[in-house]
Amino acid sequence: MKKLINSPETVVQDELAGLAAAHPDLVRVDFTNQIVVRADAPVVGKVGLVSGGGSGHEPLHGGFVGRGMLDAACPGAVFTSPVPDQMLAATRAVNGGAGVLHIVKNYTGDVLNFEMAAELAQADNIQVASVTIDDDVAVKDSLYTAGRRGVGATVLAEKIAGAAAAAGTPLERVADLCRKVNTNARSMGMALTSCTVPAAGKPTFELGDDEMEIGIGIHGEPGRTRMKLAPAASIAEMLLSPILEDLPFRSGDTVLAFVNGMGGTPLIELYVMYNEFARILKGKGITISRNLVGSYITSLEMAGCSVTLLKLDDELTQLWDAPVHTPALRWRA
Amino acid sequence: MAADRVCILAWLRRSAEVLHEQRDYLTTLDAAIGDADHGINMDRGFTAVMDKLPSVAEADIGTILKTVGTTLVSTVGGASGPLYGTAFLRAGTALAGRQELQPADIVTGLEAALEGIKARGHAQVGEKTMVDALSPAVEALKVAVASGESLEEALYAAGAAAEAGMQATIPLVATKGRASYLGERSADHQDPGATSVTLLLRAALNGK
Repeated sequence: MKKLINSPETVVQDELAGLAAAHPDLVRVDFTNQIVVRADAPVVGKVGLVSGGGSGHEPLHGGFVGRGMLDAACPGAVFTSPVPDQMLAATRAVNGGAGVLHIVKNYTGDVLNFEMAAELAQADNIQVASVTIDDDVAVKDSLYTAGRRGVGATVLAEKIAGAAAAAGTPLERVADLCRKVNTNARSMGMALTSCTVPAAGKPTFELGDDEMEIGIGIHGEPGRTRMKLAPAASIAEMLLSPILEDLPFRSGDTVLAFVNGMGGTPLIELYVMYNEFARILKGKGITISRNLVGSYITSLEMAGCSVTLLKLDDELTQLWDAPVHTPALRWRA
Repeated sequence: MAADRVCILAWLRRSAEVLHEQRDYLTTLDAAIGDADHGINMDRGFTAVMDKLPSVAEADIGTILKTVGTTLVSTVGGASGPLYGTAFLRAGTALAGRQELQPADIVTGLEAALEGIKARGHAQVGEKTMVDALSPAVEALKVAVASGESLEEALYAAGAAAEAGMQATIPLVATKGRASYLGERSADHQDPGATSVTLLLRAALNGK
């Protein structure tokens, strides 16, 4: 294992210390509770937004704490859900009296821990709403699974719900908007390589030099199928087809296209992929009116990418365009 | 023969040792169908339990078990944190105030733990989870205790039933937890949660 770390045991704290040192104007880190909190939290009268999950997906979630997005993030150990204590501390820290929204990616661990935290916060008389993000079309049959995983749509939901909260929107409405993003977004990912959890010290799975895994999750969990590497154009087809069929997206739709790197893929390849996605969508009569290209929800050093499409209307577009200033996402602010 | 506080503390200590020894094994099982952290998380959780136990060493068994539960919820993370945490909290609640446990009390405690896990995880037998080891173990323990077997014999029967349940998870297709994302590809792998349940029950015999 070759990583820029001091030790597997301290990697998460060391990263959080770096985040705090780099962005003191935006965030503070509470090391006792292991949470990242917006520097000026709680903002009185504003709905607080809390998300969290295992570490290893940076910049998600800590990099999205700041103005116009999340108020707090709860990082767990690498690929391991945080614990209810962290979520409760975060909920208390950002409660400005207007209630707190928990944005939860649909993984059993995250869901169970956030469930326990919401029960504890309600016992504290803090109003909590929860939205579970489950946009990954790679998971086929939701009746016989833990349900679809929460992946790329999480970034979009945090931005859009964050903009709504910043505008003074009440809790239930912010939660509805967050659900609206989830309902209208679909994602699919692929991997060229595995990743190595620092504490495990070896790759989570083996993938041959000439192989790729389609439908990969963001924790190195295997995907739908493994096959021989193909040109970017065919990979783009394999990722987009199930997304387009699922919602479905139709000719005349306007979308936000989010092309995400898994952590070990350079921008040159992400733009190659963006070009292929744009070509396919144009052929289907679907207009990309907004896009995001870069590594925003990663899987350590895994090489690969995911694509998320979000069907846009005026409301979602305006919230997407609203000012945001966080360590990892910033515009008009 | 009854189990007193000393037995319970010895079991917990032995559990922590076994989970530490089997950390890589559990993580390897989890890497095949999950996210490669089960051994790491359980080891972290039980290490924290060991740090915490001296503060309740003189308390009743219910309090000890509840302390284990809250410590696991606070330190394990993943799905196993809330599931094992809930199991120990429920068992501790069922055995509140007890200074020693008769075999029938152990049945009560384990039944409460099983119900807690099923309620928190919405899982039933046959879904390739912890429940597949714990449920037959509770049944075997109940039968052994009812037929008047000694505590050691009853615990042995429970451990053996858990192990059989654990092995029976190998051909199963997961429908709960992260392994369920694999669908058919989750078959031919032993469930890590059922494995850690078995290790904990087996530790009860070694710890006596």
